Amino acid sequence: MIKNIVKSVIATSLFGAIVVSTATTVSAAPAPAAAQPAAAQPAPVTFNRLLKKASPTNLPPAEDGIHDPTVDSAQMLQPPLQGMNGLTRSNFGNNVNWVNSLQTKKVIPRWDRADPNAESLVMDVNIVRTPRGSMPDVVFPHKAHTEWLECSNCHPAIFVPQKGANQISMAAILLGQKCGVCHGKVAFPVSECKLCHSQKRAAAAP
Amino acid sequence: MKRHLRLAAVFVLYAVVGVWGLLFSSIPEARAEYGDIVMNNYAEKSGMRPVVFPHWFHRMRFACKVCHADLGFKFKAGGNEVNMAKIIDGEFCGACHNGEIAWPVENCNMCHSGKPGTVTQVHGANGQKIIAAPVQGTAGTAK
Ligand code: HEC
Ligand code: HEC
Ligand code: HEC
Ligand code: HEC
Ligand code: HEC
Ligand code: HEC
Repeated sequence: MIKNIVKSVIATSLFGAIVVSTATTVSAAPAPAAAQPAAAQPAPVTFNRLLKKASPTNLPPAEDGIHDPTVDSAQMLQPPLQGMNGLTRSNFGNNVNWVNSLQTKKVIPRWDRADPNAESLVMDVNIVRTPRGSMPDVVFPHKAHTEWLECSNCHPAIFVPQKGANQISMAAILLGQKCGVCHGKVAFPVSECKLCHSQKRAAAAP
Repeated sequence: MKRHLRLAAVFVLYAVVGVWGLLFSSIPEARAEYGDIVMNNYAEKSGMRPVVFPHWFHRMRFACKVCHADLGFKFKAGGNEVNMAKIIDGEFCGACHNGEIAWPVENCNMCHSGKPGTVTQVHGANGQKIIAAPVQGTAGTAK
C-alpha cells in the first residue's frame, strides 16, 4: 500500500521532471529541474520505419491522383464518400464491408443488367483448408462469393471444383493468382488475414 | 552551442525527410479509390484522356457476374481489347452506356476523365504495403 503510494509519488515527480526538462529545451528558460545532467539528445527513435504512412482514402475524383482535375467531368463524377454513404463501414479497401452491406440489403446489385428481379443462385458450401505452418484454417465460403459471382467466374479457370485439388499459397495470392485474382484488386485486400484464416486449426499441418 | 548544432541538424534531417515524404505521397496509386481501373491501351495514343472505370460505383448497382460473365470482361486490366467501335456496337461498356440502362456514349469525358500519362492498371492495395514494389504483376504476363 505505502509502497505503491511512494512509487506513484516517485513516478509523478519523475514525470514532472521530464516535462519540465523537455520544456527547457524548447524555451531555454532556467528551471529548477535543469539541475539534472543535460542528457545528449539522440536522434528520435522511430517506429514502423519502413511502413508507408496510411494515405488518405475515399478522396473525391479531382484529388485522387488518377483523374484529371481540369476536365469538366471531374466535378460531375460522384465522390466515393457520398456514393457509399450509408453502407456498412470497414477500415480496408473501399472502407466498406461489402459482405455485410449486401446481407443487410444496403446494396442490392442487379444479377442481370436489365432485369431488376433476377436472383443469384447462391450456394452455401464452405471449403476448409489447413495451411502449411501455423496459421489458422482458411474457410472459403461459397455463399459470400456466389452472391456476387457465377460458378464460371472461378470454375474451372481459377479453381478446379474439387476440394483440395488446387495448390494455393500466399505467394501465389500476393502475385495476383488464385484468391489473389480478386482479393487485393477489387474484393477485400490481402492484409486482412483473419477474414480468410478465420477458423481454429483442426488438423496438424500436412 | 553543440546542442544547437545538433538540433539544427535534426531539423534539416526532418525537412529532408518531410520533402521526401511529400514527393512520395504524391504517387497517385496510393490515393486512388480501391479497385479503380485506368484503361489506357489506345485512348491517349488517339488523343483522348485515359478512361477511369470505378468498380465501387458499378458494384453497388451490378453483381460482378453481370460484367465478368454475361459481358465477358476478363479479370485483367487492359486485357479485353475494348475500343469505341465495340462500345457503340453494344459490347463491353456499350451494353449499358446506351441511353437505356445508363447514359449514352456522347458523354465522352465521363469515361475519358483520366490524368494524361496514367497507365493501364488496377489501383488496389496489394502494391502499397511496405515498400512501393510493383506487386500487381498485371503488366506483361498475359495468360
Ligand atoms: C452493367 C452495366 C454497365 C456497364 C457494363 C458499364 N457501366 Fe458505367 N455505369 C452504369 C450505370 C447504371 C451508371 C450510372 C448511370 C447514372 O447515374 O445515370 C454508370 C456510370 C458510370 C460512370 C459515372 C460514375 C459517376 O461517378 O457518376 C462512369 C465513369 C462509367 N460508368 C464508366 C464505365 C466504363 C468505362 C465502362 C466500361 C469499361 C462501363 N462504365 C461499363 C452501368 C454500366
Ligand atoms: C470465388 C470463386 C468460386 C466461385 C464463384 C465458386 N466456387 Fe466452387 N470452389 C471454389 C474453391 C476455392 C473451391 C475449393 C477448391 C479446393 O479446395 O482446391 C471450390 C470447390 C467447389 C466444389 C468441390 C467441393 C468438394 O467438396 O469437393 C464444387 C462442387 C464447387 N466448388 C461448385 C461450385 C458451384 C456449383 C458454384 C456456383 C454456384 C461455385 N462452385 C462457385 C471457388 C469458387
Ligand atoms: C473471382 C473473385 C474472387 C476470388 C477468386 C476469391 N474471392 Fe473471396 N470474395 C470475393 C468478393 C467479391 C467477396 C465479397 C467481399 C468483398 O468484395 O470484399 C469475397 C469475400 C470473401 C470472404 C468473405 C469475408 C467476410 O467478410 O465474410 C472470404 C472469407 C473470402 N472471400 C475468401 C476467399 C478465399 C480464401 C479465396 C481463395 C480460395 C477467395 N476468396 C477467392 C471475390 C473473390
Ligand atoms: C483471400 C484469403 C486470404 C488472405 C486475406 C490471407 N490468406 Fe494466407 N492463405 C490463404 C490460402 C487459401 C492459403 C493456402 C491454404 C492451403 O494450403 O490450403 C493460405 C496460406 C497461408 C500460409 C501458409 C503458407 C503458404 O503460403 O501456403 C500462411 C503462413 C499464411 N497464409 C499467412 C497469411 C497472412 C499472414 C495473411 C495476412 C497478411 C494472410 N495469410 C492472408 C488465404 C488467405
Ligand atoms: C462508357 C465509357 C466511354 C465513353 C462514354 C466514351 N468512351 Fe472512348 N473509350 C472507352 C474505353 C473503355 C476505351 C478503351 C480505353 C483504352 O484501353 O485505351 C475508349 C477508347 C477510345 C478511343 C481510342 C480507341 C478507339 O476506339 O479509337 C477514342 C479515340 C475514344 N475512346 C473516343 C471517345 C469519344 C470521342 C467519346 C465521346 C463521343 C468517347 N470515347 C466516349 C470508354 C468510353
Ligand atoms: C459494370 C461492370 C463491372 C462490374 C459490375 C465489375 N467489374 Fe470488375 N472489371 C470491369 C472492367 C471494365 C474491368 C477492366 C477490364 C479491362 O481493363 O479490360 C474490370 C477488371 C476487374 C479485375 C481485374 C483487375 C486486374 O487485376 O487487372 C478484377 C479482379 C475484377 N474486375 C473484379 C471484380 C469483382 C470482384 C467484381 C464484383 C465485386 C467486379 N469486378 C465487378 C467491370 C466490372
